[in-house]
Amino acid sequence: MISLNNVTFKWHKNDPIPTLNIPTLIINKGEHVFLHGPSGSGKSTLLALLAGINTATSGDVFILSQNLNTQSNTKRDAFRADHIGYIFQNFNLLPYLSPIENVTLGCEFSKSRQQKALKQHSEPKPSLQKEAVRLLNALGLNEQYHNKDVATLSIGQQQRVAAARAFIGSPELIIADEPTSALDANNRQNFIKLLFEQAKLSCSTLVFVSHDESLKPLFDRAIDLMSLQEPL
Amino acid sequence: MILTKLAYKSLLNRRASVLLTLFTIAISVMLLLSIERIRVDAKSSFSNTISGTDLIVGARTGDIQLLLSSVFRIGHTNNGVSWQSYEYITHQRGVKWSIPISLGDSHKGQAVLGTTLDYFAHYQFAKKQHLTFNQGHAFTAINEVVLGSDVANSLNYKLGDQIVISHGMGNTSFHHHKDNPFKVIGILNATGTPVDKTLHIPLAAIDLIHGSSAHNEHDEHEKHNDLTGHPKQITAFLMGFDSPLYTLQIRRNINQYKKEALLGIMPTVTLKELWQMLAIVEKVLLLFSGVVVLVSLLGMLTTLLANLNQRRRELAILRSVGARPWQLFTLISIESLFTTLLGCIVGSALYYLVMLLASSYLQSHAGISVNIAMLSYYELTLIGVIMAAGFIIGLIPATRAYFYSLSDGMSIKI
Repeated sequence: MISLNNVTFKWHKNDPIPTLNIPTLIINKGEHVFLHGPSGSGKSTLLALLAGINTATSGDVFILSQNLNTQSNTKRDAFRADHIGYIFQNFNLLPYLSPIENVTLGCEFSKSRQQKALKQHSEPKPSLQKEAVRLLNALGLNEQYHNKDVATLSIGQQQRVAAARAFIGSPELIIADEPTSALDANNRQNFIKLLFEQAKLSCSTLVFVSHDESLKPLFDRAIDLMSLQEPL
Repeated sequence: MILTKLAYKSLLNRRASVLLTLFTIAISVMLLLSIERIRVDAKSSFSNTISGTDLIVGARTGDIQLLLSSVFRIGHTNNGVSWQSYEYITHQRGVKWSIPISLGDSHKGQAVLGTTLDYFAHYQFAKKQHLTFNQGHAFTAINEVVLGSDVANSLNYKLGDQIVISHGMGNTSFHHHKDNPFKVIGILNATGTPVDKTLHIPLAAIDLIHGSSAHNEHDEHEKHNDLTGHPKQITAFLMGFDSPLYTLQIRRNINQYKKEALLGIMPTVTLKELWQMLAIVEKVLLLFSGVVVLVSLLGMLTTLLANLNQRRRELAILRSVGARPWQLFTLISIESLFTTLLGCIVGSALYYLVMLLASSYLQSHAGISVNIAMLSYYELTLIGVIMAAGFIIGLIPATRAYFYSLSDGMSIKI
């Protein structure tokens, strides 16, 4: 699913030490991986490489057996739209769209995800809205909130909407960048369980980043970014 | 399309500032269109004031001064043309018709013009249109008056009313010619020219009310039939020729006339000169309205740029769901284009409203007949230019959005 070979990344060409230096990292299909490390250990940088926002200075980043490093910007944007769902730490939602519209936004930029989303329904007239409603319900957001102003939702509710947007159209890879850091302990566990359920249903690989090591036991595998990096 | 929908929803979300921007654009569009329409209509009203007249002759002053006093009733000449000179010049070969006019009196601030029946037969305005009567007919007796349409409307005169002429111009004239009331015998149709604000009386009546006729001791019976009388002098006269070839020749003769210092002008030429003098005002007006448009567009730029910084998170979210940088560029461009478009539409509507409200005022106070018609090709071009300018200005924040999205990627910067 994901395989990194001898990846280094420097923000500027002349930086003496690369921000990231990963000899090898392999994540299998369907794995739920907990990626942790202190601040400044390069978590965000690694996610930017996985999402195809930045490209490695050297080495190869394979996702779904495609080398993102050799692709053009446009291709990487299209790849991200088709295959990756992304959940931010907070403020995930566009303030001028309803929760439902925020969810369907997840497949507005990808034909293949739209089709996959519509395939979830066997009814004669499937729609993205119906799929959004299904996902929001599955992630524990009651229908009464589906068309509310997103600003009135609690952070926990907003993160559920963000998760539904990441899952719509069943992308192969879900990247969650500290999505629970603004939630209280109860909500956190709950939210992660729901994420796992959805990831199982859509056979998605989940890369979950956090500095909160108490969450570690919930995952299949934990990767410490500090130990992953080649010592210099 | 998703981008249009996003742009629309995003604008709706920021409606307070968007509405404000929209209104500044609308008002600037309204201003520009109004000023342009008034300018164009003023020019056409202006050049439509007189037509078909080959030469205007008066006492020697400036060309423009003679035109202003004889045609526009603005200012007045101290000297006139002696009746002998008039008779002499108008009897030359090639003169088709002539209209003597005598100005200087007024009625409630409106000009009184003494003339002959030739006035109604030969005076032309706009596209060689003759004067026509709305009611009644031309004067047939010395104590009858024909009113311009504005005079009749504003003072509410009907056929048969008796009116008194004052000496000199202005409302506050002390010297009324009360001995000689005039009867309204005809009312002209509106022309959109100073004729509308003029009272026409027989030339003979001017002398009668001033007691200045050369032949004061004429018999009663003659007075009523002779509308021309025997004036000592007149203010000016208009002439038409059989062929335009005579114009220059007779004009030269007039300007070199030995017995009296006279001036002959060709109204079309002098109208053009006068308009050129006013062109600077016209250009300043155009410049001002252009600046107003520019300021409103810069206002839009300011709001867009100020908002953009707050919207970097939004851009990052859109990037995360796969939006390309050029799509974010398009998104912001659509927003500015949409704002400008709506501004232009609202501005055009406001413009029609203003024209509708102001047209009667412009007609009565400035003599400009405003055409309320579909937007002309020229006006559509102006709107097109504003749209294009709005679009180009919108490219600035759009370009910034493009580079924000490249540099920020998906890291949320607020």
